[in-house]
Amino acid sequence: MSDLHPPASTPAPSASAASPDPVDRSAEHGQLRMVATRFLRHRMAMASLTVLVLTVLFAFLGPLLWPWDHTVHREILPNQPPSWAHPFGTTNAGHDVLGQLMRGTQQTLKVALTVSVLATAFGALWGAVAGYYRGWIDAVMMRIVDVLMVVPLLVAVAAISGNVRGGTTWWAVALIIALFSWTTIARVVRGVVLSLREQEFVEAARAAGASDARIVLHHLLPNAAGPTIVAATLLIATSILLEASMSFLGFGIQAPDISLGLMIDNARTAAFTRPWLFYPPGLFIVMICLTINFIGDGLRDALDPRQTITRR
Amino acid sequence: MLAYTVRRLLGTIPLLLAASILTFLLIDLSGDPLADLRVQQPPVPEEVIKAEEARLYLDRSLPERYVLWLTGIGGNGDIGLLRGKFGPSVQGADYDIGHALAERLGTTLRLVSAALLLALGLAILSGVISALRQYSMVDYTLTLIGFLALAMPTFWLGALIKEAGVWVNQQTGYTIFYTVGATSADTRGFTTAQLLADHLGHLVLPTLTLMLTGYAAWSRYQRTSMLEVLNSDYVRLARAKGLPNRVVLRRHALRTALIPLTTVVAVTVAGTVDGVILIETVFQWRGLGDFFVEAIKRNDSYALMGWLMLSGTAVIIANLIADLLYGVLDPRIRYE
Repeated sequence: MSDLHPPASTPAPSASAASPDPVDRSAEHGQLRMVATRFLRHRMAMASLTVLVLTVLFAFLGPLLWPWDHTVHREILPNQPPSWAHPFGTTNAGHDVLGQLMRGTQQTLKVALTVSVLATAFGALWGAVAGYYRGWIDAVMMRIVDVLMVVPLLVAVAAISGNVRGGTTWWAVALIIALFSWTTIARVVRGVVLSLREQEFVEAARAAGASDARIVLHHLLPNAAGPTIVAATLLIATSILLEASMSFLGFGIQAPDISLGLMIDNARTAAFTRPWLFYPPGLFIVMICLTINFIGDGLRDALDPRQTITRR
Repeated sequence: MLAYTVRRLLGTIPLLLAASILTFLLIDLSGDPLADLRVQQPPVPEEVIKAEEARLYLDRSLPERYVLWLTGIGGNGDIGLLRGKFGPSVQGADYDIGHALAERLGTTLRLVSAALLLALGLAILSGVISALRQYSMVDYTLTLIGFLALAMPTFWLGALIKEAGVWVNQQTGYTIFYTVGATSADTRGFTTAQLLADHLGHLVLPTLTLMLTGYAAWSRYQRTSMLEVLNSDYVRLARAKGLPNRVVLRRHALRTALIPLTTVVAVTVAGTVDGVILIETVFQWRGLGDFFVEAIKRNDSYALMGWLMLSGTAVIIANLIADLLYGVLDPRIRYE
């Protein structure tokens, strides 16, 4: 979960590279420490981060420790309510639901994190270039974003992946979601860059002979890190819901592999007859999305320079 | 204002055109409508496949097909968006995509309009209450509900609500909640009143589900904008003038606080389209969402393109209306 800490780590190298002055460097550290302190004091965000880290451990370390995986086993009694041997019960076909849950959460998280990284990298670059150059380049680039946004996300993603025959893997799902979800990031970053580019430090960099690429990569993007990180965090929650929706419609990850959405699809009518199949995957999605939204909120407050250090 | 309206209206034309190119490429490049036919066992004769290709215009090049799909020039009279024809379907020559879309539009509109209106009403109400009672128990509860609704997968909530309805029906032995379809399977011999009651009854549970998706985001926005207005100078002035609290809230605060919501609601239309697809699947409605899922499973390219153009147009129009409304509602905005 190291990517949730960038307020304390990522902006530092690039920002200090841009200003090797020792005085400036300590100021930078002071600001980062302030951001970290504000985030640590945000009780809801810290509690959410703890829960999320535990969920990640459950999804990635759990399968190594738990004897059953997500596939069918002949030794498993089908259709059993929760017991000591199978704490989340078993399915009709003979899956261990805990094993499915670990694997499903893992696949869902892998998709969401990949989407967030890919879409943020591409969207931030797109938005920064559009905002930096302005004029007709900006107009063309942002019209492309507008057009992409006309097609609802689930519709676009389902239309493509429905046609990918013969089993969709988690990275294909992630790629397809990322292909359409970078637009929100691009809009956010463009907005920030539009105001950043008018500031003195960009002028100074240009006067010092920095190339356009250097200004965008080393000066504009690091300074737009705050809003970008918040948007990227919220994108994780969006893509988790999107991946689950795709699996539910039958266009996402395919059996014998499993994801949380697929588990809900398999247990669609079991809410009252076999609740142990229905509730856990749904509650896991709710839990992950809730924690991510709270972390996003915490990050927003922590990264906002207008906030005082003692908030909450 | 008139000049601005005309300019905005003209501006949607290139946007629609670009959306049509995107739609066409997205669907055309991602799948072969005859994929199932080609691998069918026992193999289909070559002539049949050739005939199908000609009927679906697959024997032409990509740019040719796009122009044909858009204008219908050089086709057999069953294609051309600008002529109101959506193109041939893989389901056979008698299947008219436009007719099928129109048939299902009413069903979906019923669901969407009921859910959006309810969501809007509830979001405004709870947003205002949250803002007036900031940091109270009520505020925290409403905030929690909002966050939960935002984090909940629509289809899971839908399945839960549906199964709860089934459970209630089983426990009481009566059909209190309709859980399947948009109407009863057999509505012959129903009076108008019975028909209306039947439609409304089937609306209850799906509307409840779809409502929560819009409600979550809107109530948060309403709370924020109401708080901002309540802390502004002119509301303080209205209070200082000695106006009764009721008048201050309704005439001065709420009216201004509603303005930002227009944009937010328009943006959510795209999200509503996603919600409709999922909810119609859960409750087995034969609406546009169901049409979309079926079209994907059949690889029915022209049906999908038509559907995407329809939803794209809805999104563009919603944004246009929001932009124009914004100018009417907010006196600070001037168009030159």
